[in-house]
Amino acid sequence: MLQINNLAGTRGERLLFKNLSFAVNGGELLLIKGRNGAGKTSLLRLICGLATPETGEILWDGESIANIRSEYFRSLVFVGHDNGVNLDLTVQENLHFHQAIKGNPSAHSIPEVLERLGISRYLKVPCRFLSAGQKRRVALGRLAISDARLWLLDEPFTSLDERALDAVKNLIIQHLDQGRLCLATSHQTIDWRDSKVNQIRLGEVS
Amino acid sequence: MTRAFGALLKRDLTLVARTPGDYTTPVIFFVVCTTLFSFVAGKDIAVLKSIGPGVIWVSALLASMLSLEGLFRSDYEDGTLEQILTAPAPLPLMVLAKAFAHWISAGVPLLLISPILGILMNLDSHSTTILVVTIAISTPTFSLIGIFGAALVISQKKAGMLLSLLTLPLCVPILIFSVSAVSAAADQLPISGHLMLLGAFFVFTLTLSPFGTAGALRIMLSN
Repeated sequence: MLQINNLAGTRGERLLFKNLSFAVNGGELLLIKGRNGAGKTSLLRLICGLATPETGEILWDGESIANIRSEYFRSLVFVGHDNGVNLDLTVQENLHFHQAIKGNPSAHSIPEVLERLGISRYLKVPCRFLSAGQKRRVALGRLAISDARLWLLDEPFTSLDERALDAVKNLIIQHLDQGRLCLATSHQTIDWRDSKVNQIRLGEVS
Repeated sequence: MTRAFGALLKRDLTLVARTPGDYTTPVIFFVVCTTLFSFVAGKDIAVLKSIGPGVIWVSALLASMLSLEGLFRSDYEDGTLEQILTAPAPLPLMVLAKAFAHWISAGVPLLLISPILGILMNLDSHSTTILVVTIAISTPTFSLIGIFGAALVISQKKAGMLLSLLTLPLCVPILIFSVSAVSAAADQLPISGHLMLLGAFFVFTLTLSPFGTAGALRIMLSN
């Protein structure tokens, strides 16, 4: 379970949000909404441990993430704005590398995950030759190849076509059905079927 | 943990192998720079012999600075660094893997070519051996100092100059002791003191640089 207490986020000197508190339980999807510049990405970077909060705390299973960093990192996958896909490596090499540094491979093999995302043909193609949407799919492929409980997604659906969007949506729904957690920022309106979806809206504080 | 280390090392070496410019440029620079000096020295072989170790060493130092700027460049820009920072393996260990990959791709080629340059500079066989030994001990130290500098300037677009300003002063002691070891070898003087000091520099940077670099990366990527 992820618990956020009185979190404040800044960008440079500007205060983006303060006194932000919420909790995400197993099987829940939290959508982070807000206009551009409201601090959605900053919030995700705080939660994934890239940035340290000035005030407030982030608890994972009741423990501050600063104290259990290695264990926390093992249980999360973060897909940010930047894909984290090296253009000179093939799709397989990229995913293999990410699987190795996470150190907790899931039951799904890399080809199997790529099949679901519709890019299995490109397994041995350097990512330089892929389109923006295909690169995004490679990045999202990281979700399914590691056995992580928490998914943190920053605009996961950018440059995806309808079929890919559907595939990713199904991945997320399946993840939630296993009683796991997902936080995502997104502008799209998506039918999450009967998954439990909560929303928070940033930018209401000034 | 060792799996993550191995994975990052293997990945970096694969990338280097795919862009041959990364490891050939320093070697070509090293050879060209040294050769040019031998032209300047004219036909006086004694002059060549006395400036030889210094010339080879300055060229080696500058050559190993060449590839530093690109150490984190693509990983920072494409988001891979964010993934490395949110991986469970200790960040200093990952930094060490990157430094090791950098040494293999930038230091080892210099090491392999240096005996030929020693002969070119008219060094005797004992001095050439010592030259190779000093380069073998000191290039890993350069990689470790360099990676720390590269982490500090990671968000700057054109940071080559700044990076040199940060790292070159730290490399000067190594330069001094390496060159004087080679000169002492040429004069049949004992050199074990020099080599021990170079070894100490290596151990010192090996111990501190991964932690310093990891800290710098966390700070640079936190905003």
